[in-house]
Amino acid sequence: MAVGTTGNVPFEERVNEQDKYTASELSVLQMNLGRVCNLSCKHCHMEAGPARSEVMKRPVMESALLLYKKYGFSTIDITGGAPEMNPDFSWFLDEACKICQHVIVRTNLVILGEKPYDLLIRTYAKNKVELVCSLPHYLSEPVDRVRGEGTFEKAIEILKKLNAVGYGINEELILDMVYNPAGAFFAPPQGVLEKEYKEKLKDEYGISFNQLFVITNNPVGRFGNFLMRTGNYESYLGRLEAAFNEKTLPNMMCRFQLSVGYDGKLYDCDFNQAANLTIKTGETIFDLLKKEYEPREIRFGQHCYACTAGQGSSCGGATD
Amino acid sequence: MATYYNPEDLGKFGTIAEAAPVLGEKFFDYYGAVFAEGELSAKEKSLIALAVAHTVQCPYCIDAYTHDCLDKGASEAQMTEAIHVAVAIRGGASLVHGMQMKNIVKQLEL
Repeated sequence: MAVGTTGNVPFEERVNEQDKYTASELSVLQMNLGRVCNLSCKHCHMEAGPARSEVMKRPVMESALLLYKKYGFSTIDITGGAPEMNPDFSWFLDEACKICQHVIVRTNLVILGEKPYDLLIRTYAKNKVELVCSLPHYLSEPVDRVRGEGTFEKAIEILKKLNAVGYGINEELILDMVYNPAGAFFAPPQGVLEKEYKEKLKDEYGISFNQLFVITNNPVGRFGNFLMRTGNYESYLGRLEAAFNEKTLPNMMCRFQLSVGYDGKLYDCDFNQAANLTIKTGETIFDLLKKEYEPREIRFGQHCYACTAGQGSSCGGATD
Repeated sequence: MATYYNPEDLGKFGTIAEAAPVLGEKFFDYYGAVFAEGELSAKEKSLIALAVAHTVQCPYCIDAYTHDCLDKGASEAQMTEAIHVAVAIRGGASLVHGMQMKNIVKQLEL
């Protein structure tokens, strides 16, 4: 029953030589369309919110679409902030769907209840966009505590609307959920929690969905600030380190993706983006368009222990 | 020794096996097996452990199983209810001994 044992081994020393580099082919082009959001969730690593103004502009989006084809990615993963609030979101989504069979949008759900974003539900369904929805619990209390009063009820209403157009029911309309712990603790086993989510959401609200992705809170951004402010930072990092699982290393998401920031800067993942740690070469999306893909050395930090603790963690859930 | 209870000692619990490794190994193997998924879920076992921890009033166990319950996805409401189960049994155990008192009173009073 170890709690908070800290060894402070640099993360990079835990990684074997092969896993320090990206794979021979990248699969996911992750696009962070900006920091603007209708919510200000307490655990948001991007510190997104209504007061933020950073948004991705078309030249970056156009370059990303070209790079997608040049490097042979198979997935475009669109995130934010609330990506829907980027003024060029609909244009980009349309262009992405023309060249990519697997487009993911990470939505906070609540935005889809606000005008004019409510119209996007039909657009998503028409283009068979995979939706990955933040719903940090199947109970209202932890959701409202983390994301704001009334957000659980609004999210439930949108999920019912998504089910009504076929999401989570029609096999071509994939609806996934994301669980984040509502505090400085870890997540339950993904399979166990998925079963609970499915039972509770079905029984209470009649909601169906495909998969639950369990994501460990990364000690950066707003969640990192919470840890520092409450004196939990050292013990949380210590617990992450104590739970290190080397079997998760080959499946770390940074090995298979490229994360694009709103201004065209490039990162190994969204968490490095939050920590302002660009790829080691410092190249931008515009630079990469001029060269062929070569595996790149990944930039690690102590926060990377969040992706290798226990069952592992990624934007697609557990990795072990 | 500044205090009998030091939070850092919890992380060193495994070292208790150093002076008696055979017994230590048997205990920790057993301990791990008890808390594995079984007929009861790991979350249910963690809630039981939390309730028992409050009964035996072990600060190490309360710390460890508060963390563990949260890690297993238990809510504060579930954890509080679990503690009330321990409280009810503990209080009830005292109260039911009142039957002894009643029996003695009955025997002695005119």
